[in-house]
Amino acid sequence: MGTFAFLRKKSLVGDAVAHALLPGVVLAFMLFGQKSLWVLFPGALIAGWLSLLSIEAITTYSRIKSDTAIAIVLSVFFAIGIVLLTHIQQGQYGNQSGLDAFLFGKAAAMLPRDIYLFFAVDTVIIFLVLLFYPYLKLYAFDPEYASSVGLPVKWLSFLLSTLTVLAVATGIQAVGVVLMAALIITPAAAARFLAGRLSQMLVWALIFGMTGAVGGVLISYSAPSMPTGPWIVVLLSIMAILTFIFAPGKGLYNRYLIRSGHQKKITDENIVKALYHLSNRGGKKRVSITELTASRRFEGSKLEAGIKRLLKNNLIQRTGNKIELTEKGFQEGARVVRLHRLWELYLNVRMNIAEDHVHHDAEAIEHIITPKLEAELIKELNYPVTDPHESEIPGIYQNRSND
Amino acid sequence: MTDFWIIATGTLVAVNCGLIGVFLILRRMAMVGDAISHAVLPGIVAAYLISNSRNSLIMLLGAAVFGMLTTFLIELFYKRARLQADASIGITFTWLFAIGVIMVSLFSGNVDLDQDCVLYGDIAYVPFDLIYYNESNLGPAPFWLQSGNLLAVLGLIIFGYRGLFITSFDESFARGLGISTGSWHYALMAAVSVTVVLSFNAVGAILVVAFLVVPPAAAYLISKSLHAMILLTSLFGAISAIGGFYLADWWSSSISAGMAVAAGIIFVIVFLFTAFRNAVWRKTHRKSFEKYELAD
Repeated sequence: MGTFAFLRKKSLVGDAVAHALLPGVVLAFMLFGQKSLWVLFPGALIAGWLSLLSIEAITTYSRIKSDTAIAIVLSVFFAIGIVLLTHIQQGQYGNQSGLDAFLFGKAAAMLPRDIYLFFAVDTVIIFLVLLFYPYLKLYAFDPEYASSVGLPVKWLSFLLSTLTVLAVATGIQAVGVVLMAALIITPAAAARFLAGRLSQMLVWALIFGMTGAVGGVLISYSAPSMPTGPWIVVLLSIMAILTFIFAPGKGLYNRYLIRSGHQKKITDENIVKALYHLSNRGGKKRVSITELTASRRFEGSKLEAGIKRLLKNNLIQRTGNKIELTEKGFQEGARVVRLHRLWELYLNVRMNIAEDHVHHDAEAIEHIITPKLEAELIKELNYPVTDPHESEIPGIYQNRSND
Repeated sequence: MTDFWIIATGTLVAVNCGLIGVFLILRRMAMVGDAISHAVLPGIVAAYLISNSRNSLIMLLGAAVFGMLTTFLIELFYKRARLQADASIGITFTWLFAIGVIMVSLFSGNVDLDQDCVLYGDIAYVPFDLIYYNESNLGPAPFWLQSGNLLAVLGLIIFGYRGLFITSFDESFARGLGISTGSWHYALMAAVSVTVVLSFNAVGAILVVAFLVVPPAAAYLISKSLHAMILLTSLFGAISAIGGFYLADWWSSSISAGMAVAAGIIFVIVFLFTAFRNAVWRKTHRKSFEKYELAD
């Protein structure tokens, strides 16, 4: 059931379909007078289909936006369903109690016969997805391209909506109207953070969906008063939130690590650069913290942490309360300054930017340029000696002699 | 008299929700209204457990807190975790609603909140929820609550008209003028939460959405200014409340659902009307265009 990661930008449509199934179910019950799923299921399908069509119609034939259209269809269809349901509760249709299960979901109340039906429908869904996988994939990512290469986009959209309606109709008995939306959206959203490809995303969504379902069922078995559906959803959401935070690559925590790593690198390089400038200018190598901050503004706590890291990496050494660059640190400072001046020169010569406008840009880019790019720059600028401000670019002369 | 109170309360609910809904639609946040209406459930249950009554200040506070929490979570998922907007809405409200349902079944022994009430409210019992002052009957409590809410909503719209107007139509322009878009956003969301909670008893969690979205959407189709849209919304809301009552009466069904269906009927009529009008407009224009070409 969790396979419907496809729905990407239309995830709330699933919610609408879930609500809209109600009138179909109730009408089917009214017409045939029985609660068998074999009767109710087609009713649900037709209603779900109608709801999708109405959303389409409203968005194409008026200026109403899709989110409003979804909300309208959802609430009005649902209201019709409630009207019908309360109408039959007034009497003449006899026993209708099982219909409530469609609203809140009673996974435990399902009969073996019903499960066979769901099993069959699920098999059909999976089969169809596998069969049309390449086309669906193309359609899901870029419908305009799909139509331009001659795929029958209308049919694909039809297929996709039918599959959605089918999936929603099977799930609704288990978890109920409202929470069905979660089964569609949550596993797919979580999977999005773990997977780079559609096929991986489908697999992850399946894993999430199944874990959530099994966990929910276990909880409702162990504590008798616990409802299954809501627990499935809560478990799914918790898993999803954990993936948002901890997923490698796109997760929040990982992005935070990368960002703070960058910031640390920038602080360190700036400290080394400031020390390099100080030691080059007056020939004075030992610097106190006050002198350092006088030459360049640092944030106190960041500076402290940066100095600690640099000491650990043997880039600077400390005597008393003064610090100085080690040989390794001196090289590093020269490298940063070289990159800075190279970039200034490049901007000035190749981009025709005035030499008093290039400093800021270089200040940012000096932390990003890779050794390979550096070599390219040097070659491109024909082994320059001075930057636009007539300062020497350190380290190039040696490079040339090495070649 | 019973009918009168039901219709009056229903009308007030419809007008309140509609007025708020106007701004939700203009901000393309219709589904956020849906999300809030579901997500206040845990707040309502928690407040109910604390205070043991349904019409209390704590209840309002609890729900308002959860309403704000919902908007906050949606923003968080959207901005920080870079999730799509619709997915973040979907995850947030299903999660909170699931927690709410679990709480209901966990404490079902001592909570007088049943699932039917959550679903479609019990506006039919409104006339029996009377308040008395010095032994004289002042009418049902929900009616007065809704009147108070109407005053609050009207106050927000009248005094905040400029801010709401500008922030709804052009956020960056509003920011340029120095209007705090964020605080208007949260003010509106708080209004949505409070209105949803107050209407919750009467119409239930899901049908609130119908009242929030459908009348303003119909008004949106045929109005050319925000003024007209607000007035038409109130009119449509009132008509659907009255019409819905008699529809439900005639067909012996849930009254609140009947009102929502009536709102849906109004929408369909307006929708068909505008679609038809547009088609005619296009046709006549094509004709005059062809004439022009021939004369040329």
